[in-house]
Amino acid sequence: MTNSWTDIKNTDLVVIMGGNAAEAHPCGFKWVTEAKANRGARLIVVDPRFTRSASVADFYAPIRPGTDIAFLNGVINYCMQNDKVQWEYVKAFTNATYLVKDGFDYKDGLFTGYDESRRDYDKSTWDYQIGPDGFIVVDDTLANPRCVWNLFKKHVSIYTPELVERICGTPKDKFLKVAQMIGETSVKDKYMTSMYALGWTQHSKGSQNIRTMAVLQLVLGNIGVRGGGMNALRGHSNIQGLTDIGLMSHLIPGYLNMPLDAETTFDKYMSTKLFKPLRPNQTSYWQNYRKFYVSFAKAMWGDAAKADNDWAYDYMPKLDVPAYDILRAFELMHLGKMNGYFCQGFNPLLAFPNRKKVTVGLSKLKWLVIMDPLDTETARFWQNHGEYNDVDTAKIQTEVIQLPATCFAEDTGALVNSGRWLQWHWAGATPPGEAKSDVWIMAQLAQRLKALYQKEGGAFPDPIVNLTWNYKDRGDPTPEELAKEMNGSALQTVTDPNDPTKVIQQQGKQLVSFAALRDDGTTACGCWIYSGSFNEAGNNMARRDNSDRDDTGIFPNWTWSWPLNRRILYNRASADVSGKPWDASRKLLEWNGTAWTGYDVPDIAPNAKPDVVGPFIMNAEGTARLFARTLMREGPFPVHYEPFESPIANPLNPKIRGNPVARVFKDDLEQFGDAKDFPYAATSYRLTEHFHYWTKHSRINAVLQPEFFVEISEELAKEKSIAQGGWVKVWSNRGSVRAKAYVTKRIKPLICDGKTVHVVGIPLHWGFMGEARKGFGPNSLTPFVGDANAETPEFKAFLVDIEPTTGPVA
Amino acid sequence: MNIELSRRHFLVGAGAGLAGTTLGALGFGDVETAYAAAIRPFKLVGTTQTRNTCTYCSVACGIIMYSKGNLAKGENAEITHIEGDVDHPTNRGTLCPKGAGLLDIVHAATRLKYPMVRKPGSDKFERVTWDYALDRIARLMKDDRDQNFIAKNAAGTTVNRWITTGFLAASATTNETAWMTYKVVRSAGMLVFDNQARV
Repeated sequence: MTNSWTDIKNTDLVVIMGGNAAEAHPCGFKWVTEAKANRGARLIVVDPRFTRSASVADFYAPIRPGTDIAFLNGVINYCMQNDKVQWEYVKAFTNATYLVKDGFDYKDGLFTGYDESRRDYDKSTWDYQIGPDGFIVVDDTLANPRCVWNLFKKHVSIYTPELVERICGTPKDKFLKVAQMIGETSVKDKYMTSMYALGWTQHSKGSQNIRTMAVLQLVLGNIGVRGGGMNALRGHSNIQGLTDIGLMSHLIPGYLNMPLDAETTFDKYMSTKLFKPLRPNQTSYWQNYRKFYVSFAKAMWGDAAKADNDWAYDYMPKLDVPAYDILRAFELMHLGKMNGYFCQGFNPLLAFPNRKKVTVGLSKLKWLVIMDPLDTETARFWQNHGEYNDVDTAKIQTEVIQLPATCFAEDTGALVNSGRWLQWHWAGATPPGEAKSDVWIMAQLAQRLKALYQKEGGAFPDPIVNLTWNYKDRGDPTPEELAKEMNGSALQTVTDPNDPTKVIQQQGKQLVSFAALRDDGTTACGCWIYSGSFNEAGNNMARRDNSDRDDTGIFPNWTWSWPLNRRILYNRASADVSGKPWDASRKLLEWNGTAWTGYDVPDIAPNAKPDVVGPFIMNAEGTARLFARTLMREGPFPVHYEPFESPIANPLNPKIRGNPVARVFKDDLEQFGDAKDFPYAATSYRLTEHFHYWTKHSRINAVLQPEFFVEISEELAKEKSIAQGGWVKVWSNRGSVRAKAYVTKRIKPLICDGKTVHVVGIPLHWGFMGEARKGFGPNSLTPFVGDANAETPEFKAFLVDIEPTTGPVA
Repeated sequence: MNIELSRRHFLVGAGAGLAGTTLGALGFGDVETAYAAAIRPFKLVGTTQTRNTCTYCSVACGIIMYSKGNLAKGENAEITHIEGDVDHPTNRGTLCPKGAGLLDIVHAATRLKYPMVRKPGSDKFERVTWDYALDRIARLMKDDRDQNFIAKNAAGTTVNRWITTGFLAASATTNETAWMTYKVVRSAGMLVFDNQARV
């Protein structure tokens, strides 16, 4: 989230699209209710199903799964055509006025430079024109046809209400009503918030779904303001934290990137990360990258990371592919190229697509280690459960070691919520049996592995034996010790670079914030964006002062928010070019002539002059990007692409299947199904009584929603002679499930490209372990393909067939 | 805190007080005493409160866990009740149908209690000691790493990666667990490394 849950009360218009907060995030949704009741805010829901969020909306519009970009490009087109633009914001705070290189173009669904054989682009034209001064060429009058604004306007002009209806199945009048309501927030003192979740991410173009709304929010001037923003609701309690700390194939904590094979030296690695400002006087905060990296290396390897070994650059493994993401991991497993695998609180047998492939992959491993509080399906993938897990146990040669882990009630530490608040919590219970914390388990493994290397030697033991381990109990580090490492400390006394007599921090002390980080090895910091969370003032994440001056929803003294306890990102954009709030009644920051003052920690240097320094300090431009340059794999502007399995051909270019740059493995390509065999569009979703595959272990939740079902419309039920509550078989080209049919008015057939499209809804909470009845998940059916940028699997749009069947054998 | 307890005491007292009244004369005094004795004490009496966060979605509702026994004092502690934290700015005491069932996940019948091993081809898990499990995993890791570690790629560049073993990290563990995990996984040279955010 750019903003926070409590900030939603400040909005004028909530758009829930790609999520269903009323059911999946009920206690957060209360802030929507608050905004409606107290501000007269309105709620729009756009969803294939008439969800509970839709049931309390002021306006609901249906949409076919996987067509959000067409819809949103349509809204952007409407705003541009009808002058629903926050012009002052767009001209000053975005790259609308920048000129794009002459070679860049778009035609029939593809941008300049597409190479079909590589499923990738030559992106050399996707950039700005740079002047002789080294800065971007700008035309403030917008007269030049190469201005980003003019190219963008032309790009979205094809997304007329008629085309939106044809692609999305949203009736034109409903689309126009939504566009008109959204367009009203283009005035300076009306704000819209976007609330989205996995309904946007789980597509082969998930990142572009989100980017399209972000761009619309910029056109309307709704980023950086109270009641605005791009608000990812986020699924799990610490999915934000695990990503912040870089537990992903390609990441280093704090959103730094893992080095690649091509970056043969540290200098070469750094050469792509210099982030020289592209406009005069801009902050371009990533210029500090080297300080973050060196301090990270010092946190990892202490004295073994030094200037003359390039801060232990060789200790970091190098990537020969963009990432060993989960899809690539299971592809390799399926090919028999992996031997061992750890699952820490994760249940891939139900969470990853094409379950058959996942089972085969796990069966080819030599060993699998499970650390979990619960007895998961993955831990028992080798066990036969009839049709629910039909495997030949004796043939599976995988050794499985299952370790009992503590759950939240028995653990202490911080979790990061959707709004980036690091909230400390305390253990209150004795773990069951011999269950141990994940910290203890990982520390024990590390100590044993290190001992083996010290005793026996082996392949490159250096990064293992030199790993920093300054914990009082080497076998059981405390959460406080680990939190302090992430915050960072001064290894030597740090002084002010402009005045060496001025001491910033004494040796051995915790750093106040990342502003004190150095690239000379005098500071250590595990995760730079968390610097400030646990400094000499103490554990700021444990703060519990819930006062909120003037009821802004900021709560500045409740726990701690990254970065620097800032609660609303890009908050400098809440004020105009002169530093005056766009809406005085929702002031966030204000320029007082010498400094930024207000309710939140400024997202800009405290004394940065408003008419000189742009608000988007992480970008080298200082502005936000309507044109993404080379940063999105499928192009600088969003384009509608069909899901890989779609009931209709792409109306923009029928030759393009799915996202033209999404990575597809050969076997998976062959397993895509076509509409002639699988005529129905399917989508997956959560129910309010359940959380993923966990709550089926909780008796009360298992009682509330005991049994797997699929949801279909009355029209489809009639067409296929399916009775309410009757058994059906649903299958794709990869698998089949048996379920009870739930026939509702919540799903209606749509007319897309002249064809009736039925949608089959598949909730995701059942498996073969726990208290609920045995059942299936959508992953028995879904395709093995991910988003082109993030590799998040396409769980929300695929094809199935359905027919009545008989119940399972008792 | 102990309203119900006071009420019980009140009734006991009231029962005794009836002795001198008409009702007491009619012999109902004992009924009151018996009724008072039958009232279950308020279930949170004598419990320890601990602040925690709901383990499910990222709204991250504040919760108060009530336990018999105080873990902070080194006692055995068993959670007997969980409710929303009214002081928390986001949820202000409320919980959703998932969070309201937290007690049942803490005490789920399928909570794991002991390290177990399923041998190749076997149809069951067998209990093992922690020492056995941890030594076994460290051995499996080292053997695979030593055999398959790639120090240099075909071009002769130092790459120091280990890609035949992978690690899937969680989504509800703490930041501190995440950092510990990051240190151990990356220092081993692992690249097949993701968390639930990928999905």
